[in-house]
Amino acid sequence: MWVVKHRKIFYTFSLLLVAACIVSLFVWGVKPGIDFTGGTLVEVSYPGGRPDQDAIAAQLSAIDSAASIRPAGEDGYIVRMKAIDQTEKAQVMEALSLKGSTQLVEKTFDSIGPVLGVEALRKSMVSIVLVILAIVLFITFAFRKVSEPVSSWKYGLTAIIALIHDVVIPIGAFSVLGHFLGYEVDTLFVTALLVVLGFSVHDTIVVFDRVRENLKHGTGKKSFEHVVGESIGQTFTRSINTSLTTLLALIVLYFVGGDTTRHFSLALIIGIAAGTYSSVFVGSPLLVTIQQWSAKRKGGK
Amino acid sequence: MLKHRARAVFLIIIAAAIGYWVYSSSIVGATTPASKPFRLGLDLSGGTHLVYSADISKLAAEDINDSMSSLRDVVERRVNLFGVSEPLVQIEKGGALGGGEGAYKLVVELPGVTDVQEAVRSIGATPSLEFRLVSDKDMRAFQAKISEFSSTTEQEAAYLKLFTSTGLTGRLVSKATVEFNTTTNQPVVGLAFTSEGRDLFSTITKEHIGDYLGIFLDGNPISVPVIRDQIVDGKAQINGTFTVDEAKKLVRDLNYGALPVPVSLISTQTIGPTLGAAAVNGGIKAGVISFIIIAAFLILWYRLPGFIAVIALAVYTVLVLAIFKWIGVTLTAAGIAAFILSIGMAVDANILIFERMKEELARGRGIWDAMHEGFARAWLSIRDSNISSLITGVILYYFGSNSVIKGFALVFVIGVLVSMFTAITASRMFLYAVAPGKTTKLSKFLISNGFTKSKI
Repeated sequence: MWVVKHRKIFYTFSLLLVAACIVSLFVWGVKPGIDFTGGTLVEVSYPGGRPDQDAIAAQLSAIDSAASIRPAGEDGYIVRMKAIDQTEKAQVMEALSLKGSTQLVEKTFDSIGPVLGVEALRKSMVSIVLVILAIVLFITFAFRKVSEPVSSWKYGLTAIIALIHDVVIPIGAFSVLGHFLGYEVDTLFVTALLVVLGFSVHDTIVVFDRVRENLKHGTGKKSFEHVVGESIGQTFTRSINTSLTTLLALIVLYFVGGDTTRHFSLALIIGIAAGTYSSVFVGSPLLVTIQQWSAKRKGGK
Repeated sequence: MLKHRARAVFLIIIAAAIGYWVYSSSIVGATTPASKPFRLGLDLSGGTHLVYSADISKLAAEDINDSMSSLRDVVERRVNLFGVSEPLVQIEKGGALGGGEGAYKLVVELPGVTDVQEAVRSIGATPSLEFRLVSDKDMRAFQAKISEFSSTTEQEAAYLKLFTSTGLTGRLVSKATVEFNTTTNQPVVGLAFTSEGRDLFSTITKEHIGDYLGIFLDGNPISVPVIRDQIVDGKAQINGTFTVDEAKKLVRDLNYGALPVPVSLISTQTIGPTLGAAAVNGGIKAGVISFIIIAAFLILWYRLPGFIAVIALAVYTVLVLAIFKWIGVTLTAAGIAAFILSIGMAVDANILIFERMKEELARGRGIWDAMHEGFARAWLSIRDSNISSLITGVILYYFGSNSVIKGFALVFVIGVLVSMFTAITASRMFLYAVAPGKTTKLSKFLISNGFTKSKI
C-alpha cells in the first residue's frame, strides 16, 4: 500500500507543518479573546457615516490609553479595551459619539471581568485534557482484545500523537491569522478544537477497526505492515467521504453563516482537514512504525 | 418485503406529521394554541446578559446555598418588575474549577433589553432604611438660623448634617407591613424589629426622649417623628405621606429588598436585535444550502442508497428540530453551527454502511446479503466513533464556561444520538423497502457507488 510504503514522506510533511505551527506559536503567540483576558469589546455603527478614527482614538485615550479601534463593516468601529463598569461605559459611549456630536448605534457591547476570564481559561484547559484522556482511554478499551502484534495501549498512544497533530495545526494557523489579520482565540475556538478531537478520532477508529478485523480474519501469514496497508486501502474512500460531507457543511457555514461563527467554522475546517490527513497518512502508518521498532528491540536482545 | 414497505411508509408519515408540526408551530405571529416557536438565545434575539459575582466571604458555609437561592429570588422579583418577557435568573456555582472570587455567580438574561444602565440599576438597587438621631437642641438651633441660608440646597445639606447614625438599619427589620392610621386613614408602614433591633430601638428611645428620630430611605428623610416614650415592643411606624401603592412598594422592598448577598457586576453583554436577526438568517441559509449540497453528493456518489440516506437525513433534520422544541433547547449562533455541523456528520454512518455494502458485493454476495452484512459490520465503527463524539459533547457541556458553549454541546449531543437512529435504523428500513429483489447488473450498479468498479 502506497500510504504505508511512503509513510516517511507523509511523516515529513506533517512534521514540517507542525514545526511551522510551533515556531509561529513561539514567535507570534496567539491573540487571546476578551473571554480569556477580560476586557471590553464594543461594536458601534454610525448611520450618518463614521467619523475619523483618530478623533475617536483621541477621545478614548482619556479612558483607556491602550484601547484599540478598528473599522467594522461600512460605517462602524469595533473598540477593544479594558473591562469597564456602567459609569465608564457611559463615558465610552460619549467618547465614541464625539461628545454627542455624531449619531451612533450600539450594536454589541461585551465587557468581561478578569476573574471570569481566568475561569474560562482554566475550564478550557481542563476540558481539552479531559477529552484527550477520555478518548485515549476509550480507544485503549475498545481495542483491548487486540494485543498481537501491537498491544492495545499503543493504538491509544498512536491516537494521541494524531490528536496532538490535529490540535496543533489549527492553533498554529490561528497564530498566523492572529498575527496578520487579528484573529482571536476565544472560548468558541477551544470548542472547535474539542470537536476536532472528537471528529479526528472517528477516522482513526474506522481504520483501526478495520485493522482489528483484518487481524482477526487474517491467515496469520501476512505481515502487520501488509494488514495495515490493506486496511487503509479498504477504508480510504469512506475516510475521505465522511470528512467531505462535514467539510461541505462547514464551508457553507463559513460563507453564509454570518460573522458570529465564521472564525469558528474556519477553525473546524482546518482542524478536520488536518484530522483526516493524520488518520490516514500519519496515525495508521505509525502503528507499523511502532510495531517495527518493538520488533527490532526484541530481535536485538 | 411488504412488511419493510409498510414500516417505511409509516415512518415517513410520522416524520411528515412531525415536520408539519415543526413548520406550522414556528410561523411567527401564529395565534393558534399549538404555536411553539424555537427558543432563541440572547445572541439571536438581542438583549442583555449580565454576570454578577457573589461575595460569600461573610457567610457561614452552611448558609451559602440558602443565601444564594434567596438572592436569586430577590433578583428575579426585581427583574420581573422590569416587565421583560422570559427573563432568566440563575445561580452558577464554579465548583472545584471555578474557585476564588468567581466561585458563585448570578447570571441574569434580559431578552429585548438593551438599556443596560436601567437594568443594572434596578437589579442592584438596595433600599437602605436607616434610623438617625438629632437632638432637640440641635434641631432648635437649626430652625433658629433657617433664614440665614442662601439657597435651599445649602439648607438641605446643613439639615442632613444634623443627623447622626444609630446603627439601627433595615437589616434589623424582621417584617414590614402596610397599615392604616386609624384616625386619618392614611397608609403607614409598620415595622417589626428583630430581637437585636428591638433592644437597640428600646435603648435609643429610652435615652433620647424629646429628641427626633429620623427615618431615612435611600439617604432621604421620609419622616422625622419626636421620641415621646421608650418603645420596648420592637414596633415602629413610618408615617410618610404615602399613597397606598408607595406604601406597598416600600414594604416589599423592605421585606425582600436588600440583597442577602452582596454582588458585583463582572460581565455585561448587550446584543443589538439586528445582529441577531442576521445570524438567524445566515444560519437558516447555511442549513438549507449545506443540506442540498450534501444531498446532491450522496445521490451522485451512492446512487440508490444515497437517495435513501437523503431521506434519512430529512427525517434527521425534522426530528432534531422537533426535539429542540419539545425540550426547549435555547438556540444560539453556536447551537445553529452545531446543528449544521451535525448535518454533515449525520450521514457519516450511512457512508460507512454503504461502503461496506459495496465491499460485500465485490466479494460476490447477493444484494440482500450485502445489505445485511453492510449494516451489521459497519456497526462497530459507527458505535466507536459516535461514542468519541459523545465523550467530547458531554465534557463540553459540563466544563463549558458559558451558555454559548453549553448550547453548542447540547445540540451536538442531540445530533449524535438522533443520527444513530436515522442513519442506521431508519436508513435500513427505507433501504429494505426499496431494494431490488434480484441481483442483476442494474441492481448491482444501483447499490454500488463511486467511480471505480467495486474491488478490494
